[in-house]
Amino acid sequence: MSKQINVALIGNPNTGKTSVFNALTGLNQKVGNYPGITVDKKEGICKLSRGVKAHVLDLPGTYSLNASSLDENVVIELLLNKNDKDFPDVAVIVSDVENLKRNLLLFTQIKDLKIPTILVVNMADRMSRKGISLNIELLEARLNTKIALVSTRKNEGIQELKTLIENYKNLSIEPCLDTSTIDSEYFESLKKAFPNQDLYKLWVVISQDANFGKIDRNELDFSKFKTKSKSELKRLQQKETIKRYQFINSVLKEGQTIDATKATGLRAQFDRILTHKVWGYAIFFVILLTIFQAIYDWASVPMDFIDSSFASLADWIKMTFPEGGKFTNLIAEGVIAGIGGIVIFIPQIAFLFLFISVLEESGYMSRVVFLMDRVMRRFGLSGKSVVPLISGTACAIPAIMATRNIENWKERLITILVTPFTTCSARLPVYLIIIALVIPEGRFIGLSYQALTLMLLYLIGFGMAVFSAYILDKILKTNRKTFFVVEMPNYKVPLFKNVALTVIEKTKTFVFEAGRIILAISIILWILASYGPGKEFNNAETIVEETYPELQGEQLENKVAAYKLEHSFIGIVGKAIEPVIRPLGYDWKIGIGLVTSFAAREVFVGTLATIYSVGSALDDDKTIKNKMADEVHEDGTKVFTLASGISLLLFYAFAMQCMSTLAIVKRETNSWKWPLVQLFGMSLIAYVAALIAFQILK
Amino acid sequence: MSLTIADLKKGERAIIIDSSSEDIPLKLLEMGCLPGNVVQLLQLAPFHDPMYLNINDSYLAIRKETAALIIIDIINE
Repeated sequence: MSKQINVALIGNPNTGKTSVFNALTGLNQKVGNYPGITVDKKEGICKLSRGVKAHVLDLPGTYSLNASSLDENVVIELLLNKNDKDFPDVAVIVSDVENLKRNLLLFTQIKDLKIPTILVVNMADRMSRKGISLNIELLEARLNTKIALVSTRKNEGIQELKTLIENYKNLSIEPCLDTSTIDSEYFESLKKAFPNQDLYKLWVVISQDANFGKIDRNELDFSKFKTKSKSELKRLQQKETIKRYQFINSVLKEGQTIDATKATGLRAQFDRILTHKVWGYAIFFVILLTIFQAIYDWASVPMDFIDSSFASLADWIKMTFPEGGKFTNLIAEGVIAGIGGIVIFIPQIAFLFLFISVLEESGYMSRVVFLMDRVMRRFGLSGKSVVPLISGTACAIPAIMATRNIENWKERLITILVTPFTTCSARLPVYLIIIALVIPEGRFIGLSYQALTLMLLYLIGFGMAVFSAYILDKILKTNRKTFFVVEMPNYKVPLFKNVALTVIEKTKTFVFEAGRIILAISIILWILASYGPGKEFNNAETIVEETYPELQGEQLENKVAAYKLEHSFIGIVGKAIEPVIRPLGYDWKIGIGLVTSFAAREVFVGTLATIYSVGSALDDDKTIKNKMADEVHEDGTKVFTLASGISLLLFYAFAMQCMSTLAIVKRETNSWKWPLVQLFGMSLIAYVAALIAFQILK
Repeated sequence: MSLTIADLKKGERAIIIDSSSEDIPLKLLEMGCLPGNVVQLLQLAPFHDPMYLNINDSYLAIRKETAALIIIDIINE
């Protein structure tokens, strides 16, 4: 195999870096994780010419080499580690033609690391409209690099870029700025202390904020060198930035002319409406409503289709494979049901990411952050918490992943902790069946009680998220400083290719990451429900036949299944927790539902369906409902009353019943502390709320 | 007392005089918030916070508490 050229794509956020990546690699790309952290690692293969390929790594967007987030830290770590297998042979810096000045800051820093560097000037199609003209030859000479003018929208310049990449060995590695001019005295002493090190690299390592510092400072022996205080270092960083801008300004003065009269005021016109004190919020509200509509209404068509397909697949397997075999049952009831439980969420997740990526690509999301920051801050959150909280109504897992761009750790942590309170789609089936059972069908000023209850549950979930954020803000103490800088990008028509790839990639991540856990748990649950200790479980058929000699056929089978479940491992667990949940108005059967729900909430309905011996009529909603409505306690009182129903609704609204979310929180916070806080905190709130509701209403 | 970005009115432009306060994030400096550069206030969220600015041709929003640390000289047009 011929050696591949390692290419690293680097650039500021909002420069169309991902579009360049997509143009280079097409569908030849995959998304993984950097080891140990959850920053997405996007890499792909690009064919340059016959027999020469490039391995392209799309690094997270960054404004400079000074990391202020985990994502940015990845860039520095890679560029400082020559031994990393992804260490680039050539760095491609993607810049936006409309903001060359700021983009060049990062360019000069990368260049000073002495890595061969190509400058991509992206969105070149906007140049004439904005009245920008560039003297490419002069810029190439002054910056000591090669420039590719690219327009991903018009698919121009990509071939030229590929040629430049292929000939990377001709690129100069001359730095732009002599580092020692920042502070000659300090850098002189630095040079003396570490004669074998590259001065600029040394400086980058020294000046990194220790909060993120996985870069190993210990490699360097600082004992014989007196480091500067934090504020002195910062002063030097500021000096460095000023020096760089001086250089950049002098280059652009010659190489770039901007005809200001040609600049169109499209941004100002849009902003006037979209960030308006009244209209801005009104439009945001309408967009939210549309998203909800899509997630609940439009997604229900493919979801119903998936649901029925998996049900028939399970039936088909039961019919085709040896009847009654343990293996057949495991496949049909455990594995297929488990996979079906994951696949069913694909339409909702795809719709959600479709909207989110369109809103992000168009530049609108930054305006929402701007509008909401003040409101959210009152509760210890950030304007950037809005996106996760909205996403949480589909599923907490992608929502928690979406908190990554909140720079402030405390605000990010609070967002992660409270997001599971928002009503995710897994709660919906539980709500629907219980509302149908216990809420009367009347109407209140034209609105049905049942719909009102559902809406109330959404409001309760969101209210609880905000309220607990407020409490957490008071409790949690951190000494990390808050800072909030949001770039307001240009408005753009989203590129179809980018949106489509985001939707595919995020959906894939959900299916495989969360799916693995959900599948594993479904199998474990199936085993626990299908096996039991003692002779009650193993001789269930005989015992039931003797107790109910009048039963025949299906009725008998159902009774046996119910009896088995009662004496299975999971049934024993249900019985064991009964004393604890009695005060909430539940019996042991609901208890089993609660236990299985800790894997994933949506399991509840299916579990109850099995327990109430509905058997094969699983997909017939009415049957489950009728059976549940008829269910009575030993003393003859009904199990599902208004009191126990409300109590159950509140329990599901607040309890942390989702292992996948806990697993994601563990990964994102890198400790078991926070998922455990969530598990016990939320479940305690749920218990108390359900207890109070039942005791008052009964 | 010297004026800061927090004192700007909508549409007003100013020259940055000093941005060396320790509490100003480095990221903001790197975006061009440096002495001598021009800043313009474009939009305000309710309660004047956050502030939507054009600093040195970069469009960004910062919180008022940060804006109050950046000393400016208003350009009278």
